[in-house]
Amino acid sequence: MNKNSNTYQILYSAIMVVVVGAVLAFVYMALRPQQQRNIANDKRQQILSAVHITAPSDDEVEQTYNKYIVSDFVIDHNGNVTDSARNAAFGIDMKANVKLAAGKRQLPVFKCRLDDGSVKYIIPVYGAGLWGAIWGYVAVDADGDTVYGAYFSHEGETPGLGAEIAKEPFQKQFEGKELYKGGQFKSIGVMKAGQKPTNGEDCVDAISGGTITSRGVESMLKGCMGAYDAFFKRLQSENE
Amino acid sequence: MASIKNKEVLFNPISRDNPVLVQILGICSTLAVTAKLEPAIVMGISVTVVLAFSNVIISMMRKTIPATIRIIVQLVVVAALVIIVQQFLIAFDYNVSKQLSVFIGLIITNCILMGRLEAFALSNKPWPSFLDGVGNGLGYTIILAAVAFVRELLGSGTLLGYSVIPQCAYDAGYMNNGLMILPPMALIVVACIIWIHRSRNKDLQEKN
Repeated sequence: MNKNSNTYQILYSAIMVVVVGAVLAFVYMALRPQQQRNIANDKRQQILSAVHITAPSDDEVEQTYNKYIVSDFVIDHNGNVTDSARNAAFGIDMKANVKLAAGKRQLPVFKCRLDDGSVKYIIPVYGAGLWGAIWGYVAVDADGDTVYGAYFSHEGETPGLGAEIAKEPFQKQFEGKELYKGGQFKSIGVMKAGQKPTNGEDCVDAISGGTITSRGVESMLKGCMGAYDAFFKRLQSENE
Repeated sequence: MASIKNKEVLFNPISRDNPVLVQILGICSTLAVTAKLEPAIVMGISVTVVLAFSNVIISMMRKTIPATIRIIVQLVVVAALVIIVQQFLIAFDYNVSKQLSVFIGLIITNCILMGRLEAFALSNKPWPSFLDGVGNGLGYTIILAAVAFVRELLGSGTLLGYSVIPQCAYDAGYMNNGLMILPPMALIVVACIIWIHRSRNKDLQEKN
């Protein structure tokens, strides 16, 4: 058969593509369960990072998570619990959820009890950076006001600039900041050093050269944490 | 199976004919993934696996591949193997796969691969092609590991994530060299290795 005829070339490519496609589909299906387990464990570790807990090893992430996250539940924007089944909050896809109107959103909360017995509420946040999605988990004290710890990650921000939000020096700044001022939800500003916040809110230093990402973090916090207003207010009144 | 010629095919690329040092191929990933030793080694192994198997597959197909579409055929084979490696990494070493992220996908464009497929696999039998792939992959891995060793040791004071520089050295005023972690230092370390390599292999030195 003539190797340079058109028929041969077209047949050759067609068969090759079908064979390769079948092989890839098989590999994907075969490895899927293991991959999903890894992705879920990675999410658990991210949630724990907000309260500064690191699982001792990759195999113990689930155990550590179950030990510290005593319960998780979903609330609506009025602060009422709509689903309190175990892992109800864990299964919520934040990407799809933040697109919904404020009143329709399902708001996940992870309740965490630390070794010293103190209770923290971990709130997932999700927003947009410069190149892609950014997300994170913010741990709030039981007073519904003070931030205990924050963890941020990103899909593909610029290394050395926007990607710095995933590093400790940036995240550490959020500790001890207050979400409320004078009973009003103010969120936390992310600003250039020296700039004064306009609404009197607490603020942290933004990243030089990472302006869009920093603004993304700011509006992500405002949008996502703001939806929990009723929940936080309830916590605050319980503690008075 | 292990004739003198085959031995040369396997061992030549490790030093005398090293893809990174002598052919200056695959430099981009050498710069990108060598800040830490672990990703560098995983990257090296991944390239070796992809290179060895794509060499074998192309070599087995070499008599049937139409010359006009051979580059496309090579790319499809390489791309499929890379995706398989990537899926395996996500399943079995998730953290490293996160660190390597796009670079695994970029193995497809690694010049060593296309270079070996064109230069060797298309005109040789499967077994020598396999050895050629393994040899070139190892040659690449060794350089990657050497660069990462220097950069992680001096830049972070650790090796494979374990700290090797004792605390007392830091107390005495020793500091990690942050510059080592930045990409330019990879170039300089590679250049130093090339310098040492050429001073030991005089026949590689260009005559002016």
